[in-house]
Amino acid sequence: MKIKKCDVAVIGSGPGGLAAAIAAKQHGAKNVLLIERDREPGGILLQCIHNGFGVEIFKKDLPGPAYAQHFIHEAQSVGVEFLLDTMVLEITREKRIFASNKSEGMLEIQAKAVILAMGCRERTRAQVRLPGARPAGVYTAGTAQRWVNVEGFMPGKKIVILGSGDIGMIMARRLTFEGAKVERVLEIMPYLSGLMRNYVQCLQDFGIPLQMQHTVKRILGNERVEAIETVAVDDHWQEVRGSEEIIPCDTLLLSVGLIPENELSRQVGIHLDPLTAGPFVDNYFQTESEGFFAAGNVVHVYDLVDWVTGAGLRAGESAALYARDCLPMNKKIAVQRGENVHHVIPHYLDMGSLNQREEQLQMRVTKPLEQPVKVQVMNGTEVIASKALPYARPGEMVTISLKDKHIEPLKNAEQLVVQVVKRED
Amino acid sequence: MDKSLQTQSIICVACPKGCRLQIQRDGEEVLVSNQGCKRGVEYAIGEMKDPRRMVATTVQIEGARHPLLPVYSAAPFPKARIFELLAKLRSLKVQAPVKEGQIILENALDTGISILASRDMEQ
Repeated sequence: MKIKKCDVAVIGSGPGGLAAAIAAKQHGAKNVLLIERDREPGGILLQCIHNGFGVEIFKKDLPGPAYAQHFIHEAQSVGVEFLLDTMVLEITREKRIFASNKSEGMLEIQAKAVILAMGCRERTRAQVRLPGARPAGVYTAGTAQRWVNVEGFMPGKKIVILGSGDIGMIMARRLTFEGAKVERVLEIMPYLSGLMRNYVQCLQDFGIPLQMQHTVKRILGNERVEAIETVAVDDHWQEVRGSEEIIPCDTLLLSVGLIPENELSRQVGIHLDPLTAGPFVDNYFQTESEGFFAAGNVVHVYDLVDWVTGAGLRAGESAALYARDCLPMNKKIAVQRGENVHHVIPHYLDMGSLNQREEQLQMRVTKPLEQPVKVQVMNGTEVIASKALPYARPGEMVTISLKDKHIEPLKNAEQLVVQVVKRED
Repeated sequence: MDKSLQTQSIICVACPKGCRLQIQRDGEEVLVSNQGCKRGVEYAIGEMKDPRRMVATTVQIEGARHPLLPVYSAAPFPKARIFELLAKLRSLKVQAPVKEGQIILENALDTGISILASRDMEQ
């Protein structure tokens, strides 16, 4: 078996992996190997042909492939080595990566640091337990996206979409562009799970009806989907009797959430947070297994690719420093979720970095608060940092930064609690 | 009060924040409030006078790894003419190789807006 050695190995060449590989190279890692199972780098961005990418990083409104192209070129120009069409099969605790591809057969890659950048996966029918028959015509929105945008065929003609996630709404518009009729978008929650802008420009613009607090009661059809029976739900997610409706259609698309893809991480024995389904990480994006870093949606699912890139850059920089034996490791403070916070990243804060840079805490709220709120970082009853926001919604990530001025108040802290609560002033 | 004065609320799509803009229209005058930044004002005025959207779709490509090349409008395109533009693009077929940013359709439907390739596509 062929053996390759490198300072930093990155698994996955989506936006997180590309950024991580570039940053690792820029921070002094000698050999950076970017491993991708597809035949070309870029990840899911290649099928996200809609615009809206790069607004923060490039101050431009780019389509996904153009955003990826920029980082592919940059990775090539800084000397990242690409290993394409290669599937990683196993990673050991000793950072030995076993992979295979058509031209070289089985490969062993020995790395000083490993960056996990496998991204996330869509929830499937089985994970939302939809009752009814099992005909053809039930797909995840991302699968349909790949067919329509890359491979060139349509999933169906009359479509119902379950879930108001961004990919579902974007696919509603895309399928309308290509001549399909999108009959309905159903959302079980009383609020939108994707961004408001996508509701406006993907549904409202084309008169596609969105029903909140509605879900699929049953899928009808034997060979192929023939109709969907929908039902309204109350505030306790209980079906409202008599609200059933039959919508004739040939396709049901699911846009019901994304889950970080950590099959390989689990195999290494990396400790995962059940709330995010991603690894526990510190502010360097180092997992609890030393020398293993995590970049982007593999940690928690971001709203914007620009933030995935930001997270990847940090993970890459940290991995390069680790490979060079100069990643600072000081006292770590646990960061815990408080009132109305579903989860907060990082899970641990290394105090040593605060004199050099701001550290951002990224969180998702549990409940929407459509009124002025404050984000607070607490050490016991003491407020360390506070930030005012006009509202907080689960669909939109909330952040707060800690700076050098917080070093002193944090000196004796063991754990911080982050909360997002109503502002009374 | 002038009868033409109307108030409406729209959601800004200039960036992912999704500010809820309040718009008052007094004849030709468009008054915007509740915007998060100045792009919101531009968006609201545009939405009242000449609504436009970015358009992204695909065109057929020959001689490449994939059958389709993703393309996008270099600037927001008149909303009412999007389907006309899509029909035009459906009739095109380009040859690989293509470079990202390459013009695929110049001055589409005489709007002055070009349609660009979203990525490189080699032979």
